[in-house]
Parts: sequence; structure tokens; C-alpha cells
Amino acid sequence: MPVDVSLPAITRPTAPPSPLLSFWRSFRENRGAVLGLAVVSIVILVAIFANFLAPHDPFEQYRGFTKLPPIWVDGGSWTYPLGTDALGRDMLSRLMYGSRISLFIGLSVMAVSMVVGVVLGLAAGWFGGVVDVIILRIMDLIMSIPSLVLAILIVAIIGPNLTNTIVAVTVVYLPRYVRLVRASALTELSKDYVTAAKVSGVGPWRLMFVTVLPNCLPPLIVQAALGVSDAILEAAALGFLGLGAQPPTPEWGSMLADSRDLITSHPWVMALPGIAILITVLAINLMGDGLRDALDPRLRKS
Amino acid sequence: MFRFLLRRLALTVPTFLALMFVTFMMIRMVPGDPIEVRRGERGISPERLAELRHEMGLDQPIWKQFVDYVWGLAHGDFGVSIITKNPVLQEFLTLFPATVELSVCALLFAVIIGIPAGVIAASRRGGVYDQSLMGLALTGYSMPIFWWGLILILLVSNTLGWTPVSGRVDLIKYYYPSVTGFMLIDSLLSGEKGAFADAVRHLILPTIVLGTVPLAVIARMTRSSMLEVLEEDYVRTARAKGLAPYRVIGIHALRNALIPVVTVIGLSVGSLLAGAVLTETIFSWPGVGKWLIESIGRRDYPALQGGILLISSIVIVVNLLVDLTYGLINPRIRHAR
Repeated sequence: MPVDVSLPAITRPTAPPSPLLSFWRSFRENRGAVLGLAVVSIVILVAIFANFLAPHDPFEQYRGFTKLPPIWVDGGSWTYPLGTDALGRDMLSRLMYGSRISLFIGLSVMAVSMVVGVVLGLAAGWFGGVVDVIILRIMDLIMSIPSLVLAILIVAIIGPNLTNTIVAVTVVYLPRYVRLVRASALTELSKDYVTAAKVSGVGPWRLMFVTVLPNCLPPLIVQAALGVSDAILEAAALGFLGLGAQPPTPEWGSMLADSRDLITSHPWVMALPGIAILITVLAINLMGDGLRDALDPRLRKS
Repeated sequence: MFRFLLRRLALTVPTFLALMFVTFMMIRMVPGDPIEVRRGERGISPERLAELRHEMGLDQPIWKQFVDYVWGLAHGDFGVSIITKNPVLQEFLTLFPATVELSVCALLFAVIIGIPAGVIAASRRGGVYDQSLMGLALTGYSMPIFWWGLILILLVSNTLGWTPVSGRVDLIKYYYPSVTGFMLIDSLLSGEKGAFADAVRHLILPTIVLGTVPLAVIARMTRSSMLEVLEEDYVRTARAKGLAPYRVIGIHALRNALIPVVTVIGLSVGSLLAGAVLTETIFSWPGVGKWLIESIGRRDYPALQGGILLISSIVIVVNLLVDLTYGLINPRIRHAR
């Protein structure tokens, strides 16, 4: 039987690109976002492999080599590429280990806020009524206290250390997640597909977490990405005020605070941790902007 | 509109009550009794200790302390600082003008630069100006402001010697009575030569540091809001009838684009006060932010309690006002209600 070879090529329905692929295509268009992703990846790699990459032990005090300048300043040496601090600890190694702490704080805050935010947000949206009012009032209350003041207060109560920093920053940023999930859950719950699912006998748990939640995810992912950078900044601010991770932990904010006295004589000791914070946070924000553009179809068109 | 106002007011009442309860409870949970702290290493007799506790009402049951506290608040009594023995409200009001002055200047700085930057970026969409302005804005948004403050002190104060490192005015050179509590106004009123310039010099760096994040937020918001408005039909009409581009952008588009920006500005009061804590600490600016941090260190319960309550109340009231103004400047919303 003769076969028309020209037809199939035209009639075969082209499969739509997978969501992941189409996401990557629009993400890739934003050069800033790709740059951000690259820098974030590098920071993550440095954090993971800090014990292989760091030239020195971050806690080791080389007493004979205190306050050495970085390599590009006269008197710098390759042994300590970014110089040493007031106690003779290698700056590069401390910054590398510091990335572990900052990323750990940022990711923990994000993960906990996501879980708690989704549960509270869905509960508020689903149950409505009293539950909704109570949850919203509590979130309003948290938001009415300036973020850093609240975080400082919480740390003052439960004590300054790494875990409590995470707790404090999570509480401070929780309202954003809750309100976001609630708002998108409310929008989704009024849609036809939810009614259809209800009619076909889908139980409430399945409806909430399997039917509705995935459709609330895009804005939540963007919020999560930006939440990581906010958490890193807030934790660094706490560290700077002496209320975060305690010395000798190489936390960027507290490293900065430790070197305040050296501001005129050895400015790099103070400058470097700040640059590390700025680069990390900026890269995450660049990536977050790209995520938003790629995930929000409304913005994608315009 | 009136019903909306009432509803909105009613909603803030439980928030306010909860705020009183939470600040009260949180402060009780802070480890370290203020008496223990004051006793220090010298030690005092148990009798004197009990006496001090009784004086401050710390020997009462917790619920009694709370009722007393709310009763006091209702009469404008925010407690007495344990350290200075001054009423908390009075201390707060003495320091608050400094914070307001700094915050207002920072917000002005952010608005004056942020809105034009956003407009320029939107009108040159995708161009070099857009990309560099938005790159700068994102950098500002990502800035750890405590570091930014130290870097500016290092460059501008220490290296160039243009501005003083800390404080509000040089009190050794200039002395004048505090009339309004705002240094800029007081120094002008005093008529002393150079006093105003000195106050301005003290204010510049803190203003920049505190204004950086709001500036970035406003610039980004203005840009995206402008881009949305520029797509509207009436903008196309304005262009089609041959209006000059600056009129189209500056008048027809900007007026509508500013609505969400105004909201963002209003809602940034909370974050401004949070930023003031860091900024005031870095520049030794004698405002409420620095005072709060110091109160934590001194375990000054009443000061903390009153300070946080006052600051949060201000944030709640300002947010309420922003909500109401939003209805005023955006008739579409007013009519929808």
C-alpha cells in the first residue's frame, strides 16, 4: 500500500514541551537570572566542599600572622589569599565556612516557613470563619512589629545561637507565606475544577494537598527563593548585633561586627564578609526575579 | 466608605489587644530578672531584694501584673524605666523625633530618586538605562545595610573627611534649645551660624543608609507599575493625539502608575523603623531604635515593653491610614466598596 510520506509530518500533533523545559526556556532568556543561578551554584558548591576548598582551618589562629592584607595589597601572601583577621585566622577559609552557615540558615528558614505557611494558609483558606480570622489576626500582629525588632526580641528571650536565629527569622517571615498561600488557595477554591473534584467525591485532604496546592505553587516558589535571601540578610543583621551565631562560628554578620574596630586600620577584614553577603543575596534575588518572570505567565507575555 | 472605615477600625482592636498581651508575656519570658541584673556582683540582702521586687510589682501574680499594665496603658502610663527611672512614654517621646527626622529624610531621599529612576527605566525598557538602573536597584535591595553604613563611614567620613562619624549635631560647637526635637528645624531656629549645615552633615550618611532599601523597592515598583500603565488604551490615545512624550509619561501615565507606589511607600514604615534600629546603632543616632537595643542589653522590661508597643502601634495606625488613603486616591476602589 502506497504511503503518503508528506502527511504524517504535518498531522502528527506536536507534543507540548514539558513544563520543566518550557520553564527553563523562559528562564534562560533572562541573562541576569542565569548569572544569578551560576553564582548561587558556586556558593552552594563552596558551602558543600568547604572542607576541601578552604586552605586553612577556619578556627586556627596563626598568631604570628595577624591582620595580614589580601593578596592584591602590598604585604599580602598566597598562604592567606584574602588576608587574616585580628586573631590571625584565615579570612578565605572563614568566608567559605561562613557560606555554609548563611545558606543553612536561609534554606532552613525557607523550608520551615514553607511547611508551616502551607498548612496555616490552606487551613485559613479551607476552613474560613473563625480559623481564618484567628490565623490572619496572628499574622497581622507579627507584621505590625518591625521585623528586626521582633527577631531581636525573640532571640533575647530564647537566647542567641544558630538554631534560635532560625526560629526568630522564621517567625518574622512566616506571615508572607501564610498570606500568599491563603490568597492563592482562595482563588483556586472558587474555580470550576475544584467544584468538579468535590462533585466527583474527592476527600478534603486530597483536595487541599493534591488538587489545589500544586496550583498555588508558582508564586510560592518565587516567595521561597526571595525568602532565602531575606532570611540570610536578617540573620546577618542579628549576627552583626551579636544576637546570632556566637563566636568563634564564622558567621558573616558576626565576623563583620568583630572587625568593626579595624575599620580604619584594616578595612578589608570588615569589607570582605559584607561583600560575601551582598554577592550571595544579590545572586539569589537575581535568580528569584528570573523565576518570577518565568513562572508567572501574566508577566511572561508582556 | 464609612462602613469600610468602621470595619477596618474594628479589625485593629483585637490586633492591638493581642499586641499588649504578647509584648507583656514575651518580656516576662526574657531570662534574667532586672533586679538580678542591677544587683550585679556587689550583691544585696534578701530583704532589700524583696523590697525592690515589691516596689516594681514583680512579686504580684502574672495576671495581676498584666491587668495593672493594661490599666496603666489606658491612663497613658507606659511604665517607668528601671534604669533611668523616667516614664517610658517620656523617654520614647524624647527620642522619637530623632527617629522620625531620620526616617522622613530617608523616605524623601528614596522617593526623590526612586520614582524618577523607575520612570526612566520604564520608558527606556530593555535599554542600557533600564538595565543599569534596575541592576543598581536590585543591588540596593540586596544590601546588608549595617555593612553599607560602615563602608560609607570608611569612605566618606574617614578617608574623605566630609561628614562626621556619629551623632546628630556637634554639641561642643553649637548649643541651642530643643524646640521641636527635629535638629534640622531647631538648628535653623537657633540662628547660629553653621549649625544647620552641621546638622545636615550629620544626617547625610544615615539618610542614605536607611533610604537605600526603600529606594530600591520604590524604583522597582514604579518601573513595573509604569510598564503596566503604558500598555493602557488611554496612554495610546494620548500618544496618538500627538502629546509630547514627557507629557504622556509624566502626566497621563505617572499619575495612575503612582497608586501602587504610594501604597508601597506607606507600608514601608514598618521596615523603615526596623532599618532604623541598625542605622541608629551604626551611627550612634540617639533615636528609639538604638534605645530599644540598649534596653534589651540592660534588661529594662518596662522600656522594652512600652517601646515595642508604641512602635507597633504607630505601624498599625500608619498602615490603617495607608489603607484609607488608598481608597481616596483610587476612586475605582472606593466605588467598588
